[in-house]
Amino acid sequence: MRPENYQAKSQPPSNEYELNFGPNHPGIEGNYAFKVKLNGDEVLEARADAGYLHRGFEKLMEGRLWIQNIALVPRICVPDPVPMEVCYSLAIEEIGGLQAPERAQWIRVMQLEMSRLAAHLFAFGGHAATTGMYTPMFWGVADRDLVLDRFEELTGGRVYSIYNIPGGVRRDIPDGFLQRLSSLLDYLESRLPDYDNLFFTNQVFVKRARDVGKMTQEQALKWGVTGPNLRATGLAFDVRRDDPYLVYDRIEFDIPTEPGGDALSRNLVRRAELKQSIHILRQVIDRLPSIKGPIRCPIPNPLAWNVPAGEAYTRVESSKGELAYYVVSTGGDKPYRVHVRGPSSMHAVQVLENLAVGSRLEDIAQIMFSLDACPPEVDR
Amino acid sequence: MSDIAYKDKGSILRPIKTLGFFGRKAVTEKLEPRPAAANYRGFHVNDWEVCIGCSTCQKVCDNAAISMVKIPSLPEDPVKGIRNERPAIDYGRCCWCGLCVDICPTSSLSLTTEYVHTCREDELDSYFILPDPKGIHAEHFPRGWSKSEDADLVDLERQPMEELDAEERLKSFDEMVEGFTDQQAIIEASRCVQCGMCHDSCPTHMHAPEYIRAIWEGNAEEAVRQIYRSNPFSHVCGRVCTHRCETACSIGRRGEPVAIRWLKRYAMDAVPDLRIREIAAEGKVDYISGKKVAIIGAGPAGLTAAFDLIRKGHEVTVFEALDKPGGMTRYGIPEYRLPYDRLDADVAVITSLGVKIQYNTRIGEDISFSELERNHDAVLVTIGLQQGRSTRIPGSDHQQVKKAVDLLRNITQGKAFTVPHSAVVIGGGNVAMDIARSLARLQKEQYGEVRITLTALEDFDHFLADPEEVKEAREEGIEILDSRGPKQCIISDNGELSGLMTLRVVSIFDQDGRFAPRYDDSDNQMHAADMVIEAIGQMTDISLFGDELTERLEWKRGRLKVDQDGHSSEPWLWSAGDMVSGPDVVHAVADGHRVAASIEKHLAVPGS
Repeated sequence: MRPENYQAKSQPPSNEYELNFGPNHPGIEGNYAFKVKLNGDEVLEARADAGYLHRGFEKLMEGRLWIQNIALVPRICVPDPVPMEVCYSLAIEEIGGLQAPERAQWIRVMQLEMSRLAAHLFAFGGHAATTGMYTPMFWGVADRDLVLDRFEELTGGRVYSIYNIPGGVRRDIPDGFLQRLSSLLDYLESRLPDYDNLFFTNQVFVKRARDVGKMTQEQALKWGVTGPNLRATGLAFDVRRDDPYLVYDRIEFDIPTEPGGDALSRNLVRRAELKQSIHILRQVIDRLPSIKGPIRCPIPNPLAWNVPAGEAYTRVESSKGELAYYVVSTGGDKPYRVHVRGPSSMHAVQVLENLAVGSRLEDIAQIMFSLDACPPEVDR
Repeated sequence: MSDIAYKDKGSILRPIKTLGFFGRKAVTEKLEPRPAAANYRGFHVNDWEVCIGCSTCQKVCDNAAISMVKIPSLPEDPVKGIRNERPAIDYGRCCWCGLCVDICPTSSLSLTTEYVHTCREDELDSYFILPDPKGIHAEHFPRGWSKSEDADLVDLERQPMEELDAEERLKSFDEMVEGFTDQQAIIEASRCVQCGMCHDSCPTHMHAPEYIRAIWEGNAEEAVRQIYRSNPFSHVCGRVCTHRCETACSIGRRGEPVAIRWLKRYAMDAVPDLRIREIAAEGKVDYISGKKVAIIGAGPAGLTAAFDLIRKGHEVTVFEALDKPGGMTRYGIPEYRLPYDRLDADVAVITSLGVKIQYNTRIGEDISFSELERNHDAVLVTIGLQQGRSTRIPGSDHQQVKKAVDLLRNITQGKAFTVPHSAVVIGGGNVAMDIARSLARLQKEQYGEVRITLTALEDFDHFLADPEEVKEAREEGIEILDSRGPKQCIISDNGELSGLMTLRVVSIFDQDGRFAPRYDDSDNQMHAADMVIEAIGQMTDISLFGDELTERLEWKRGRLKVDQDGHSSEPWLWSAGDMVSGPDVVHAVADGHRVAASIEKHLAVPGS
């Protein structure tokens, strides 16, 4: 366009304006852009833009050997990587007709719950920060680090454990690990009242979060909400109980729910789940020593492993909700297609966009963090 | 009211009080490096003594962070499966997943508990390291993530090969090994990590990784195509090769090597003979060079050279003294190891390309050497070692003292001879095993029992025959005695052979490594037998050259002197195979290729 032909588009007089929220902001664990149209403080329209953290995981997986992907999948969700590994492994086991030995299944449950603890500690700390309270964030992150210490001991890596492999797990548990895990659980349990005093029953948080980002159970189901966010609308749905995998059907645990459907309820569900995860882990600690046997079923040489043609859809309950892998094999040494159903892709797109409309600008970060979405999981 | 007790007035110098903080103890603490967990996945270490440079770590690395670096100062031995390459790691790419450790066939690679590395901008290359036993900063950190038995990604166990049991074997000369099923072959092929040690160690450098991969992909035709790139005797080699490849196989470092020989056999058996001929013809030129080559001896070396030369468009005629092709593979190797129809199939591929074989034609008798020279542009002599050597001990000239090669030839040709009731074999190599086990079958058939004793100079730690041959021979009822040297054949008064006297061997070689066995005379044993068979080596019958040519040629310790390509001192004459090198089929094939390349080079010169 020639400059002399330029004409500024004339706009009718309006109070409306657009605001770019992100991609870096305290409302979410990672890069995520959220474009909102406001009238004063009131949100009129909201668009999520997930592309800032696109790393092309699903496409990358098609070019890598089945086993090489175990180093890739945990990266899809940094705060809660274990469900990624387990779910991917379960899918391959289903297509390939493999059965992970019982000991491996218990070890997987152990890691999954450790990962849930770590993720929830991270999430409530993060939410507190959006409320302006930084102490809970420091506590949450510091206590999560203690869980990571146990991950380091078990898997050799603090964050990306890369410990699960189709057929089982890669190493047996180190000597004395269960005792150390047990004392960690005692410590974390002793911290729960502190978290409550500091955050979950703190009126600054309660009053701030109540009725913020409220959705009904019908809305939640329509939008594909799962996990703690769904349970915060009063529906006790949990993949661990309703479609049990591994050895969850042999473990006792409650499924906490809250009726409110708002940011407060979502956090209270996570708080209750901290206790449940500790409860599950104690059962694992009791049972695991008596379960002998291998930690992995025999698998072919990874460099020449053709998983038989077929497809599988496996799902697990991650800290964010229902995580599923749809894996297709054409009988080759690499996946033909892997689709990841990340729970965050619902929570951070259609749910967030809907909940934001009608809310106030200052509530957006509250809504976002209370949904506990993980950006890389949105755009794989 | 505010908690802060502020005053309206005060000295403007009060802030200077804060300088007092300089004198206080620091609130912050110095951060000491935190020791990592015992299982930590930190920087790599690699035990260079154990590492063989197989590059399997490189292949499994999902970040392509590993490259193999040649280290000239390290030893290299293709026959033992050792390369002087070691993995180097680019920490700009590595994700510390540890798959390299879990798949390492030798267990040389580990991760340590060391995890801190930082550098100035001009030292960015320090992120590219060549792990050695000392670690990235030569600080000998303890090992973290290292190989554990239950987490090994290498499949150490080979697929079982079905074999006839000893009782069944003895009943006939039927092939004793049954071969892999499709399923077994695919699983066995899947064990291969494609390191290529087999290719490097093979005398003829067969493309084993490629054909194993093709078998794994279920494409036996492609496997045959890869096989024919380097070996036209693959039915034979798939059965009786001495399989140096399997000795070099990196999987064999800790487990059972991939059954490369049986996989080759599987591929050859899986494809119809006619299709194999089509595949073998794929590389043949579509013109005729007009050059004529004569080859004497239709053994593996001669026919391999014929195969190469016919594919280059030359006219090749092979002259064979006996009535069937194959040389020692037919007349030396018993049928229970190599069925003749499989050998015929290999030869048929070669003749299908246009190689003419004139049987029952003995050079020097039926056709003179000078005639060959006159009518051909090149002559290749591959007559092998067809004369058995004698121990020359007292009594060894008795008519019941036989040479193993002669007997084996008789058995193949179906010539009648009196099977001994009991026999002693002198020798500890595979030929000794072959004759002992062949006679065992004949004894079983005729007399219902096996009475054969095999006496070898070597002790079992240094035995010459393959361990599996020894095991199978024992299963078939053959008594094998090690460290026994032949003293004399005992002839009774009526002139009948009654047995062999042996002495215990003290040493076989002298200080200079020369063959000079010493015996303990006090430890002698008598082995009763009505036949003694000498299987102590073979030599070439050079009478075909004739006096005049023998005079002209250069010789070295009774063997024709040739250069490394098999070219003799005469410009038109080459030699290859057992008669100049040795000692087995695959070496003969390799030699055949080498000499064919030399002849081809010579023929390409105008006016040659």
